[in-house]
Amino acid sequence: MFSILVDHIEKHFTRVKALNDISFTVDKGELFGFIGPDGAGKTTLFRILTTLLIPDHGKALVNGLDVVKDFRKIRQDIGYMPGKFSLYSDLTVEENLNFYATVFGTTVAENYDLIRDIYSQIEPFKKRMAGKLSGGMKQKLALSCALIHKPSVLILDEPTTGVDAVSRLEFWEMLKRLKNSGISIVVATPYMDEASLCDRVALIQNGKIMAISPPSEVIKTYPRQLFSIKSDDIFSLLNDLRQIPQMHTVFAFGQSAHISFKQEPLTENFLYEYLCKKGHSNIKISHIQATIEDCFMDLMIKPQ
Amino acid sequence: MRTILFIIQKEFLQIFRNKGMLPIIFVLPLIQLLILVNAATFEMKSIRVSVVDLDLSTSSRKLISKYEGSPFYKIVQTTFSYNEAMDLMQQSKVDVIIRIPDGFERQLVKENQGKVQFTMNAINQAVAGLSSGYCTSILIDFNRELLQDWLNPSQMAGLKYIQTDYSYWYNPKLNYKTYMVPGILVLLVTIIGLLLSGMNIVREKEIGTIEQINVTPIRKIQFIVGKLTPFWIIALFELAFGLFLGKLLFDIPLVGNLWLIFLSGGVYLFVILATGLLVSTITNTQQQAMLVSFFFMVVFILMSGLFTSIESMPNWAQQIDRLNPLMYFIRIMRMVLLKGSTFADISPHFYSLVVFAIVMVSLAIWRYRKIA
Repeated sequence: MFSILVDHIEKHFTRVKALNDISFTVDKGELFGFIGPDGAGKTTLFRILTTLLIPDHGKALVNGLDVVKDFRKIRQDIGYMPGKFSLYSDLTVEENLNFYATVFGTTVAENYDLIRDIYSQIEPFKKRMAGKLSGGMKQKLALSCALIHKPSVLILDEPTTGVDAVSRLEFWEMLKRLKNSGISIVVATPYMDEASLCDRVALIQNGKIMAISPPSEVIKTYPRQLFSIKSDDIFSLLNDLRQIPQMHTVFAFGQSAHISFKQEPLTENFLYEYLCKKGHSNIKISHIQATIEDCFMDLMIKPQ
Repeated sequence: MRTILFIIQKEFLQIFRNKGMLPIIFVLPLIQLLILVNAATFEMKSIRVSVVDLDLSTSSRKLISKYEGSPFYKIVQTTFSYNEAMDLMQQSKVDVIIRIPDGFERQLVKENQGKVQFTMNAINQAVAGLSSGYCTSILIDFNRELLQDWLNPSQMAGLKYIQTDYSYWYNPKLNYKTYMVPGILVLLVTIIGLLLSGMNIVREKEIGTIEQINVTPIRKIQFIVGKLTPFWIIALFELAFGLFLGKLLFDIPLVGNLWLIFLSGGVYLFVILATGLLVSTITNTQQQAMLVSFFFMVVFILMSGLFTSIESMPNWAQQIDRLNPLMYFIRIMRMVLLKGSTFADISPHFYSLVVFAIVMVSLAIWRYRKIA
């Protein structure tokens, strides 16, 4: 049985089509990632899965239970961490955890094993108001609260947005451990580097899923040749590269530009000469392997 | 049931942790009672009078001395020019001008009638009406004394007139505060109930905590009961605290059964809390909730009979007022506290509140959605 089964879900808001024919499944014990820009429909999808929204069309099952008919049973069974910090900032760490434990009819002691790794890191601050915690600690508390009733499915909406790099890494370590204990996890993230940590990722844009596959597969299916180019003036470099008629995508990646081509790639020499003519200095060109982000950019261009 | 208790516990924790709450609970009733009860008075103590005595006779002086002697009047100007007096009235420094024309006494003796002119500042028609009443009653008094002076006792005996004496039931000293305190207490309970409860629920929406609550198995009814019970308790406590302050500071009579007050108060609070909940379902921010509650409160309060008498409102307004829960509770408070009414006396008002409570609670629960 799938932990989550979504079958042709659609959701409209007054003007926009937030979700358009979404279908996917999540296996038991899988770490499933949703990658997509802001406004892609990730939060809407998650709110349907957490029974907060009713889809216009289609069917969604969580643990084999329908999100519309059996919403009550599902709520007992899932842990949800909304994108925005949603615990009581005027209650202490301890009070928040106790409150969520009791509303699920359990106690902190009963399921302490499950959250020990995470909660032990913030336990020294258990008398502190939740609102006074740092971003990373807030996320750990929110995760503890989402886990305290021992859910079988964990749904996390951008859990690492606004969290520093070290805390992000730690957070993903925790998710891996939870996954290994058999909990199915669905996580949305705008960070491409986090995608490679998932078992499978779905690339979502404008309410449509464009591809679902393991991160390594996504990279393998990248159909083009890709070059990374550096020069002293990144801004005019990007502009000049976009002038090349054969180019397919040109994006900035930190201090370098990634360029891919429509059909046959141009040679490195050709590019070098072209850029010299445009007056660039310190030009470095290398042929590279595509990352998840390159794949995503490629898919974004496709519909047009 | 356990879940409800935990929600109530959490609410109380948050309420008492909120630094703004404790002053609202304890200082607000004190200030409201002290300021409103003392300030919102209809009693006329110092009506400012300008005297234009053009006669300067024994009779005119005697008449003026009657006004001087009254505690209600303060003569601020004595002049021979009516225009001068009028100037002061234009500047709102005088409420009444008494003009006694030249030849007042002569006319009185020769033609058996004299003329006095009163000019009232009627910017506030209630004050003008009251002071004209006072002025006339003093004049009638003066008139009777004149008759006594001029007629011999045998003639006096044949003269028929009706003497009126007053006995004021339920408020023998006509103490205005006795009348105001019960009404102000209703106001207090309403503010606590409507504003705080409505804003509290909207606050969860505003800061997003409702999202996390909504995915828990907490049922709608558990959440509502858990949210509103603390405010029900706090508002009833306020009522008790207010009654205690009223007794202590103003010595208001507590004639009737206090349990009757709290029974009605409990039902009344269902109405108010449900209204607050309803407001919170149609608004998204605390600011919106506050504005909407405020609108209802102003209408309800002005039509509640707290400051003005309902009986003197036009008929259509009285009909509309049947939908005003404040009106019923203020009546119950005054009836029970001042008159010592029993349950049978207040039952029409009480049952009206019960109907209100049932309607509002069902409406609010029906409107409240546990989905976003």
